[in-house]
Amino acid sequence: MAINLKEIAKKEELFTPGHRLCAGCGTAVLMRQVMLAVEGPVVVSMATSCPFVSTATYPYTAWKVPWIHNAFENAPATISGVEAAYKALRKRGKITQEIKFISMAGDGGTYDIGFQALSGALERGHRFLHICYNNEAYMNTGIQRSGATPLGAHTTTSPAGKLIPGKREFRKDLTAIIAAHDIPYVAQTTPFHWRDLMTKVQKALTVDGPSFINVLTSCHRGWRSDIKDAMQILRLAVDTCYWPLYEVVNGKWRLNYKVRNKLPVIEWIKPQGRFAHLLKEENQPIVAQIQQKIDENWEKLLARCVAD
Amino acid sequence: MARLAALTGNNAAAEAIRQIKPDVFAAYPITPQTEMAEEVAQFVADGILDTEYIPVESEHSSMSACIGASLAGARAMTATASCGLAYMWELLPIAASLRSSVVMAVVNRAFNAPLNIHCSHDDSMGARDSGWIQLYSENAQEMYDNLIQAVKIAEDETVRLPVMVCMDGFIISHAVERLLLLEDKKVKNFLGEFKPAYPLLEVNNPVTLGACALPDYYTEHKKQHSEALRHSIDKIMGVANEYAKLSGRSYSLFESYQLADAEYGIVILNSAAGVTKAVVDKLRKEGVKAGLLKIRVYRPFPAAQIVQALKNLKVVAVLERTDSFGGVGSPVFTDISAAFMEASTKEKPLMVNYVYGLGGRDVGLEDIGKVYANLQAINQRGKIEKSFAYLQARE
Ligand SMILES: Cc1ncc(C[n+]2csc(CCOP(=O)(O)OP(=O)(O)O)c2C)c(N)n1
Repeated sequence: MAINLKEIAKKEELFTPGHRLCAGCGTAVLMRQVMLAVEGPVVVSMATSCPFVSTATYPYTAWKVPWIHNAFENAPATISGVEAAYKALRKRGKITQEIKFISMAGDGGTYDIGFQALSGALERGHRFLHICYNNEAYMNTGIQRSGATPLGAHTTTSPAGKLIPGKREFRKDLTAIIAAHDIPYVAQTTPFHWRDLMTKVQKALTVDGPSFINVLTSCHRGWRSDIKDAMQILRLAVDTCYWPLYEVVNGKWRLNYKVRNKLPVIEWIKPQGRFAHLLKEENQPIVAQIQQKIDENWEKLLARCVAD
Repeated sequence: MARLAALTGNNAAAEAIRQIKPDVFAAYPITPQTEMAEEVAQFVADGILDTEYIPVESEHSSMSACIGASLAGARAMTATASCGLAYMWELLPIAASLRSSVVMAVVNRAFNAPLNIHCSHDDSMGARDSGWIQLYSENAQEMYDNLIQAVKIAEDETVRLPVMVCMDGFIISHAVERLLLLEDKKVKNFLGEFKPAYPLLEVNNPVTLGACALPDYYTEHKKQHSEALRHSIDKIMGVANEYAKLSGRSYSLFESYQLADAEYGIVILNSAAGVTKAVVDKLRKEGVKAGLLKIRVYRPFPAAQIVQALKNLKVVAVLERTDSFGGVGSPVFTDISAAFMEASTKEKPLMVNYVYGLGGRDVGLEDIGKVYANLQAINQRGKIEKSFAYLQARE
């Protein structure tokens, strides 16, 4: 299942240009990669979020595949209904084609308000892939904190103020929580690592059951970063081990990218204005806390991963 | 040959669902609907019913999944009550404005607090403005008949709207009744196949459903929905007539019981119509011109027809199993009052609104008898002193 750039360049874009996502939006890049990776017919269900309002505002649509938006917290529940309909109609001989199913939601629609619907759909074993476009906050409504927002980040509901230096809690490790659902395929990636991302989408869509990919994606509005740095920041997330690239295939954990020169987390923090206050002298203990957590998690991950 | 059966309301609904044979059934248990969800699961487990049963983790997901399934091109059904209906609230207008054909059995149950598992109409009455068609059922037979008709209405290409079919929790859902069931084959032929308009699973003709519409288009979407719901009244009657031929049981927008020459009328929904009919019979024997109007189709609201049916009465009491807290009156009362405001007719009864039977409080012959006595007293006085009151409440 090698991803061949030449072949991909010839494929029809199913997520088309002309949408209203920001220039430099990481989510736009990952949507394009996902839709280029897909082989054969697919139905997409998307949660309310930035890419929803930006790609499907009547009378326009950026989608050349059957596509449904239902609400914010129910993209996986919606696709489970579509998938059940498919199974029923296939059994009745009304559909003969093989069709794949994808639900997509942001970190808000996945980690927080949509968590129950996702967990339920995974447990029930529907054959679908859930993709979380994780920009670590509710961007559509103007940069509010989510369960994916990292410690210390400034958002409009975890603002850095005179007393409180941004978000006071660590993010939750959703990928591990999803892996604990014992589904056939779980992975983490970023659109900077496009080959990794597209390979993972293809793998996920071939398994017989639910699959999940958590994609860290940049939002320069929310991250207060330079538009041109969008992809470089995602690279730093991986090179600092803040966001390791790994997959869990039938319960076996595997590292997809061995970070040889692990960079200090400050390299990931520096280019992002949401962390600006962390550069102050008095906030160095927070940076140390973040580093410590990353180190611990990295060791934990290495221990979990089977040796190649 | 029709089958004579002794079933609870839940059994009867489950039997209707078995015969309707939805492609997808998604449900989450809640008293007093639970038995129905269980029975359908058992049908599937026993191979009697070939349906994709989605045992969802919540009602929010049962409605979400039904919307997805219906718009994918499948016949989709669910069932719920009370908090369950409240929990899927957000999705009710979505199901309707996306023009899905979901059919949902609602076993009417009170809203908390205080927690109560028995019958009030808080749940479905609260959902009356969600853009669904609503049918109400007096007994198990009507629940069974309404569910089958609901599928045909919902899937009709001129309608394409979801339908909620209601019966009273416990009073009907858990009481065994004698009823007549149709043959499986007859139901199958009556319903035919669901022919969806733009199904998601037609992958060669991709559609974007559930788009965002801003002030430039939102109004037109809503207007189309509004018109579709208003126009559905003809189809509802058309289906009722077809069903009458099939079953020998005739249905209309509402049932008029001794209403043609009545002076004193009660308007009521669901099971309490039974006891009201008994009181009407008794009063008629005593020479009191009592009558009853039992609403079957509450949305779309048959305003003109109801005005026509009530305009010559002297006094009417609208009895409701819910309170629209702080409002002019409960929902049906408010609707009928508005219907008279709108109508050109000069004749109009005096009208009062009583809240009864909350949280399953039994409503008996005496309670209804008292209402008719009140109506006669009002007529003698020639005016209403109190237009809104709770019946049966301790002071
Ligand atoms: C039930 C409900 N609550 C709140 C909202 C408001 N809302 C819409 S999108 C959104 C945030 C989306 O954030 P996320 O899922 O992280 O996606 P992003 O916009 O960042 O891509 C919120 C809070 C809603 N639409 N529905």
